[in-house]
Amino acid sequence: MSLSEATSAPALAGRTSRVGWRTRMAIAATLAVACLTVYLLMRTGADDVLRWDFQFGLSFERRLRTATAILIAAFCGALSTVLFHTVTHNRILTPSIIGLDSLYVLIQTVGVFLVGGRFVDNGDSVPQFVAQTAAMVMFAAVLYGWLFSGRFASLFLLLLAGVVLGLAFRAFAEFLQRLLSPTEFDALSIKLYGRLTAVNADLLPIAGIACLVVGVIVWQRRRVLDVLLLGRDPAMGLGVNHQRELTLALVLIAVLVSISTALVGPMMFFGFIIATLSYQLAGDWRHRATLPMAFLIGVIMLAGGQFILHNIFYANGMLTVIIEFVGGILFLAMLFRRRGTM
Amino acid sequence: MTDTATDAPAQAGPRKGTRLGRVALPLLAVVCVALLLASLMTGEYHITLAGLLAGDAEMWRMFFISRVPRTLALVFAGLAMSFSGVIMQRLTQNRFVEPTTAGTAEWAGLGVLLCMLYIPGASPMVRMIAATATAFVGTLVFLGFISRIRARRSAIVPLVGLMLGAVVSAITTYLAIGANLLQAVVSWRSGGFAHIVRGFYEPLWAVAIIAVATYLLANYFTIAGLGKDVATSLGLRYGLTMGIGVTMVALASGVTSVVVGFIPFLGLVVPNIISALRGDDVRSGLPWVAVLATVLIVGCDLIGRVVVRPMEIPVSVIMGVVGAVTFLAILLTRRNRVAL
Repeated sequence: MSLSEATSAPALAGRTSRVGWRTRMAIAATLAVACLTVYLLMRTGADDVLRWDFQFGLSFERRLRTATAILIAAFCGALSTVLFHTVTHNRILTPSIIGLDSLYVLIQTVGVFLVGGRFVDNGDSVPQFVAQTAAMVMFAAVLYGWLFSGRFASLFLLLLAGVVLGLAFRAFAEFLQRLLSPTEFDALSIKLYGRLTAVNADLLPIAGIACLVVGVIVWQRRRVLDVLLLGRDPAMGLGVNHQRELTLALVLIAVLVSISTALVGPMMFFGFIIATLSYQLAGDWRHRATLPMAFLIGVIMLAGGQFILHNIFYANGMLTVIIEFVGGILFLAMLFRRRGTM
Repeated sequence: MTDTATDAPAQAGPRKGTRLGRVALPLLAVVCVALLLASLMTGEYHITLAGLLAGDAEMWRMFFISRVPRTLALVFAGLAMSFSGVIMQRLTQNRFVEPTTAGTAEWAGLGVLLCMLYIPGASPMVRMIAATATAFVGTLVFLGFISRIRARRSAIVPLVGLMLGAVVSAITTYLAIGANLLQAVVSWRSGGFAHIVRGFYEPLWAVAIIAVATYLLANYFTIAGLGKDVATSLGLRYGLTMGIGVTMVALASGVTSVVVGFIPFLGLVVPNIISALRGDDVRSGLPWVAVLATVLIVGCDLIGRVVVRPMEIPVSVIMGVVGAVTFLAILLTRRNRVAL
């Protein structure tokens, strides 16, 4: 496959480390729990001093919602990106860089454009969530399935096509949004972009359940995914139905991306950062290590970052901007590390 | 009317070569004139051709205050973006480079924001100088980045530029949030021609000067496009040509982005279609680049003016859709033929 030449997984040849993957996982888990605890239970008082706070009032409830959203966002980002990397056999493309979350925004916008405000205004959120996700899954499977089954001259050309496709989705969604009436636009924009600090609470239960289901499916297939890391042809030689795995993975990824975009909004480089760090730090190339490690790194990054920004810099909604910035630089660095293939 | 504007370039795809060019190009010129007339005649204030010919003084006054400046501004913006695209594609030897995919536009945005932050109440002229300066720095950074890439034709060149642009735009957003200027940045970025009246578009005449300079220097850019070694042995002062080219691009995109905001993908789509129809000679292609750019930008602007009348959709939004789709079409039709 053309993808594999440019970005064959380097972890397979990685040297074995003295620290085992279980130890690394335990350290990461401890850190993640510590970050979450500190975020939940410490606040800056009126006198500008940071101290423990055991009053479980409204403010605590709000932070609890944000913490849940952090867990779900880290889970979705980690799983979707690592899964995507494995089935497309590359470590540069991520679902959000090639515009999957822009596709989600576009589908929502088209829905409101065709049906009107009640498309998102629906009180009963479960069937609606299912319907939206179904539309997203269909489009993603058809579109990206087609993109990845084509013969591209290079990975970078494919990546460019993906990036431009994402830009096209965003521009078209913006075009349609300009045609909506102000009330419809309001209804849409409330539902469309979540933020970590202002989470849409009635989405949390169904998002959590969907995450659990996807998590169980992925965990059961982790050994198949390990085989897929070898590349398309070796995996097929070992009896893996590559086309089926690719389609299934795209479906799961579409579900995860819709959840995380609905909850915390589009984050272009978040999944890329945590997946890249996870390959470096997990100490094992198997998915039993890389998947949980990416999740834990995501939790540490979001909860720790949110805590530091909130209590030290007093800058609430900036976290995603900083992640974009750092992630963009990391992405460029990764591109340049592959100079040999350019 | 508006349909022909967007369909014509799509039908004139890069497949059939020059035979198609002989039919498509004159047709394009006719469409261009028709669109310009339509743009002059479209708007909320009632202006009719008959009224103008009869010498209605009020109509003529509005015509020169609002319609003529807007149409001229459109033409100049189209020229600025497409000629910048032509120059950058020659200098980088890569077909996918233009102010959007090189991050130049985002750098200009950073310049405007810095100007808002540190020189509040600056005149448009100062803003333009700031935008041009950062666009210049940004283009140099981009060129520095891609000089490390061995395969000049690779699709990685525009990718690096787009990601560089994303990073710069994250910095801009960060600074804007800190200073509570995010809304100003967003509304400026989507820009548009709605507010263009007499007394506001005049800086764009600078673009006309740059366009003439591009035409005069076209042969130098053609030779520079052969690569540093070949160009130098043909007697070209490569460094000087690069410097002049980058300055012209920075100036054009700086001025345009201050007056009308970003116009994505125009500089990529137009030169590619023209060189597919006519070949790679810069000088003889430039007039057609100008015509096609005018057709596209005026067409997109007309769609934006007509669809949600009496409101308007900024041309950057429509251009984003049309441009991205055309870019994709070029990418996907070429993926079999060109080993990029």
